[in-house]
Amino acid sequence: MTRQDWIAVIMLALLAVLPPLFIWTGQYFWMDLATRLVILAIAASSLNLVLGFGGLVSFGHAAFVGLGAYAVGIPAYHWLYGGMDAIAVTNGFTQFGLAIGVTAFFALITGMICLRTRGVYFIMITMAFAQMIYYGIVSIEEYGGDDGLVIDTRSEFPLIDLDDPLQLYGLCWVSLLVVVLFVRMIVRSRFGMVLQGGKGNEERMATLGYNVYAYQLVAYVISGAICGYAGALLGNFTTFISPEMMDWTRSGELMFMVILGGASTLAGPIIGATMFIVLEEVLSSWTVYWHLPFGLFLILVVLYIRGGLTGLLSGKKGEGE
Amino acid sequence: MDASLLIIQTLNGVQLGLLLFLVASGLTLVFGILDFVNLAHAALYMVGAFICASLTYALGNFVLAVLLALPLTAVVGLVVERTVARPLYSRGHLDQVLATFGLILVFETLAHMIWGPAGMSVPLPDSLNGQTTLPGGIQIPTFRLVIIGAGLAAAGGLFWLVNYTRLGMLIRAGASNRTMVSALGINIQLLFSLVFALGAALAGLAGMLIAPITEASIGMGHSIIITAFVVIIVGGIGSMKGAFVAAILIGLIDTLGRSFIDDLFKLVMSSEAAENAAPAISAMLIYIIMAAVLAFRPQGLFPPKVR
Repeated sequence: MTRQDWIAVIMLALLAVLPPLFIWTGQYFWMDLATRLVILAIAASSLNLVLGFGGLVSFGHAAFVGLGAYAVGIPAYHWLYGGMDAIAVTNGFTQFGLAIGVTAFFALITGMICLRTRGVYFIMITMAFAQMIYYGIVSIEEYGGDDGLVIDTRSEFPLIDLDDPLQLYGLCWVSLLVVVLFVRMIVRSRFGMVLQGGKGNEERMATLGYNVYAYQLVAYVISGAICGYAGALLGNFTTFISPEMMDWTRSGELMFMVILGGASTLAGPIIGATMFIVLEEVLSSWTVYWHLPFGLFLILVVLYIRGGLTGLLSGKKGEGE
Repeated sequence: MDASLLIIQTLNGVQLGLLLFLVASGLTLVFGILDFVNLAHAALYMVGAFICASLTYALGNFVLAVLLALPLTAVVGLVVERTVARPLYSRGHLDQVLATFGLILVFETLAHMIWGPAGMSVPLPDSLNGQTTLPGGIQIPTFRLVIIGAGLAAAGGLFWLVNYTRLGMLIRAGASNRTMVSALGINIQLLFSLVFALGAALAGLAGMLIAPITEASIGMGHSIIITAFVVIIVGGIGSMKGAFVAAILIGLIDTLGRSFIDDLFKLVMSSEAAENAAPAISAMLIYIIMAAVLAFRPQGLFPPKVR
């Protein structure tokens, strides 16, 4: 294991130990923060797969989060109020399956178009497609439009009860562990090598006979599906969903987590999400104008800390971009 | 679908298109010459609107306020260029996007601190506030015609500047080969600063023109910046002509789609189904158009010849 892997292990261990302590000491506020942190870390890890390892700067990942959350909210809504019998369920496997399926499909369709373009085009187009979903959801009045939708019943799984904060957290934590291991497996596989090769020099990979487009598309779909899964968790955690979840500024925040923690490292998204949550909490408890120091911090990180915090911690310069 | 409604909505579409062009032209100018993705363009749009609103109250005259707010917004643009943008020219687009995203947060919070959380309405002078009767007896708010006029004037001025002046010649030269331009003894840093300030002023102008209709508010730049992205993607990033054609196109499609798409749908499906589908489709229409254009021309309709 490399030093970066150890950082990931330490972070995961801390996240396994601390929240139960919060529960036992009655610190439910911190428990909530930890749950949000872990869900955001899953979403950031999925973004890191394409952004960090694939070099594909997606500015639209919040749309996957939002779609995943609505894949929980809409079935629950119909289960309660009737209509759309085919998807009116509270069964967690169906809802989470729907979240993964819908986001994978959306990633496939948009990825096929986005990946034909490069560089700044790719950034703007992923952003535009996310905004398309945002406006689409806003315009559907049945699901609350702008105002959002309250999820009255959480997803139902056998054996575990998501209404219990500790069990919900447990599901999130295990999910994060699986996602981190899954990303690690992908990155070390032949597939991941081609993906990273495409990031380094696409023409060289093409000359070697690889269809880089296909590899990138598969990575984009996997990333979108994981992010949709994170969205389904987020819907279950907040029990309130709104188009605001997929505003492009949310995508920007996810990117910031990846870059702050260190792109193309396993621990980066976890550390980035942690720093993000801590900053948000600390700054917003000081002042309502907390976006000012937050924005300045973001600018300074981009200008001066290249390689992110994982790069600093492991004493090795990560990649700047 | 009657003719006068169609004419009014077409004029509204042209008006939206020209506002989009003002925002998109700055973006595409800065990207074409500086190779810099500036999300903070959205913030400059907002800053222009707020400065103009304050000046309108201070001076009691909207037109005077616009004329004063333009150079002020350009100065804000210059400060951004010097402090944040310049160190990022040599970096990747990811860094530029993130840093300018940070700038948006900074500007919006500053606006919150200076002008308060609520929006600020901008009163118009009586001469601009009425209705004008067009030939054919169609009534339209005078100010909408003013926006169209100002937008066309700005577009015309920009074309003249880029194509027929020495500065424009340098801008075009900088877009095709910036190393060569600086090797010929041109102060390229100064040129970059001027282009950035010009882009800021254009975004600010768009904000000032829309403020009397929607009022100046903190998140006002959020949605127009994405639409402006769609415009320059469809037009071809870095192309002025592309930005103009695509802006008018997107403005018209968006406006007409919102008004008439349910009527179109009723021709092919039941009236109830049309009522349900139309809002979602018309909200997503410009993105669908963008996807269709990209599927056939990944570089946009008018890709710039160089680079």
